Amino acid sequence: MTDTPLLKVKDISKFYGSRIGCRDVSFELWPGEVLAIVGESGSGKTTLLNCISTRLLPTTGSVEYHMRDETYRDLFRMNEAERRFLMRTDWGFVHQNPADGLRMTVSAGANVGERLMAIGNRHYGNIRNTAIDWLERVEIDADRIDDQPRAFSGGMRQRLQIARNLVTGPRLVFMDEPTGGLDVSVQARLLDLVRGLVNDLGLSAIIVTHDLAVARLLSHRMMVMKDGYVIEHGLTDRVLDDPREPYTQLLVSSILQV
Amino acid sequence: MTELATYNFAYLDEQTKRMIRRAILKAIAIPGYQVPFASREMPMPYGWGTGGVQLTAAIIGPQDVLKVIDQGADDTTNAVSIRAFFQKVANVAVTTRTEEATIIQTRHRIPETKLNANQVLVYQVPTPEPLRYLEPRETETRKMHALEEYGLMHVKLYEDIARNGRIATTYAYPVKVAGRYVMDPSPTPKFDNPKMHLSDALQLFGAGREKRIYAVPPYTEVVSLDFEDHPFEVQRFDKPCTLCGAEQVYLDEVILDDKGGRMFVCSDTDFCEDRRAHGHVGPMLAPNGPAADGLPGSKEAAE
Repeated sequence: MTDTPLLKVKDISKFYGSRIGCRDVSFELWPGEVLAIVGESGSGKTTLLNCISTRLLPTTGSVEYHMRDETYRDLFRMNEAERRFLMRTDWGFVHQNPADGLRMTVSAGANVGERLMAIGNRHYGNIRNTAIDWLERVEIDADRIDDQPRAFSGGMRQRLQIARNLVTGPRLVFMDEPTGGLDVSVQARLLDLVRGLVNDLGLSAIIVTHDLAVARLLSHRMMVMKDGYVIEHGLTDRVLDDPREPYTQLLVSSILQV
Repeated sequence: MTELATYNFAYLDEQTKRMIRRAILKAIAIPGYQVPFASREMPMPYGWGTGGVQLTAAIIGPQDVLKVIDQGADDTTNAVSIRAFFQKVANVAVTTRTEEATIIQTRHRIPETKLNANQVLVYQVPTPEPLRYLEPRETETRKMHALEEYGLMHVKLYEDIARNGRIATTYAYPVKVAGRYVMDPSPTPKFDNPKMHLSDALQLFGAGREKRIYAVPPYTEVVSLDFEDHPFEVQRFDKPCTLCGAEQVYLDEVILDDKGGRMFVCSDTDFCEDRRAHGHVGPMLAPNGPAADGLPGSKEAAE
């Protein structure tokens, strides 16, 4: 890890009218670090993620990103073209529902290749080889490259979505409940894969989840949210083993033991 | 022509023409950009060329000579009715000869004869948005045009190659105009795409239902999109036109009987007639040529 944060989030608040989406959230994310945002439904996790990833405009606050040219840029002061370029090259966004992040009517290969074509790659053979390479890295057989995602299982779709996001070598990946809706064994496999990829590629990631096991496995640090506020923030093992806030204690103690 | 009194010249009222002309000027100023306009109800159904008719009505003057083609032919229903419409409401001269026309309204073809700087080609466009089938949201496609995000267009071509081993798009083949906007050249065969490049004639595109006008000014670069290892290619025909013997032209297949007999003839009827008038003959009309029902070898004439 270096001594400059990749992302500086300052006082992000989002109001939906008089309702609070999230309130006064500040944190820094360091290169190679995985941050989990946990909390119950409606606690503002996804709102916060959408604000940070510029999918939603926050009511107040700023998000500064450490660009590849070593400067910090406020994401909300960039123009839209720059922001969209950043989103499809240096960032990834993995949706809970793969259908939101994939083009369901084009083949797996085109899904993976779309970002490459968007940044100007015009060689079919190269795009296809890169796509095959990435499908193998996310454990999808290369002979499925011409199948549409609708012919894939839920777990495969989620893995395809991850490949599609990682193909341009992003430095920061946002994940919104990446394992939601998958059965436990598929979840375990996906987590294993994500953990491996994050380690291999030195990715930073912000993962929103309500599943503390996911946070435990993937993240270095975690933030616990309740009613739009971050109520506890610390190293994952510390928060889970020694929760300080009553709500966090409740959350940790509600994990089902088999 | 006493009934002319019941219509304004060229059917549309002058304010409407002014509005359309302003849209045309804007379209010419930004080659390939789709300019929204207040498309009017025309006395024909959507899909029959209401966009093209409005363009023609806005630019036509009493001195103009109009030619209307549909799939290259001057004698099909769409062409005949639009030609009759303008004869009635504008009392202009009409022709089937490409060289004589000053305005050519077309559906699905560009004439084989090279157009000149005094001619305007008006296209009837059903779907002006080239990104539509991959991105259904209009707000999103407009943003993509504005920010020049055209990766999606290549996703379509990628899918083509992945499924068919080659770019199988044969019509409405996307082009990039003046190095900036990606444009749908209307459902013309990709055979005609090279004719749009650096054309001497002004090219106007009208989509009546979708309410869009766009244009390619004369001498503008029009480049068909492709991959480095799958370059753009036009359709090829290994046999000449059966009637006039023309090569390097776009041919239509005509079924002759129910025993598999067929022939390939120029899709541009004026071009074909002109050649025959100048003494060119194809295999069917040649004195010692095969009879029409036989035509050996014609089955594999097309691509």
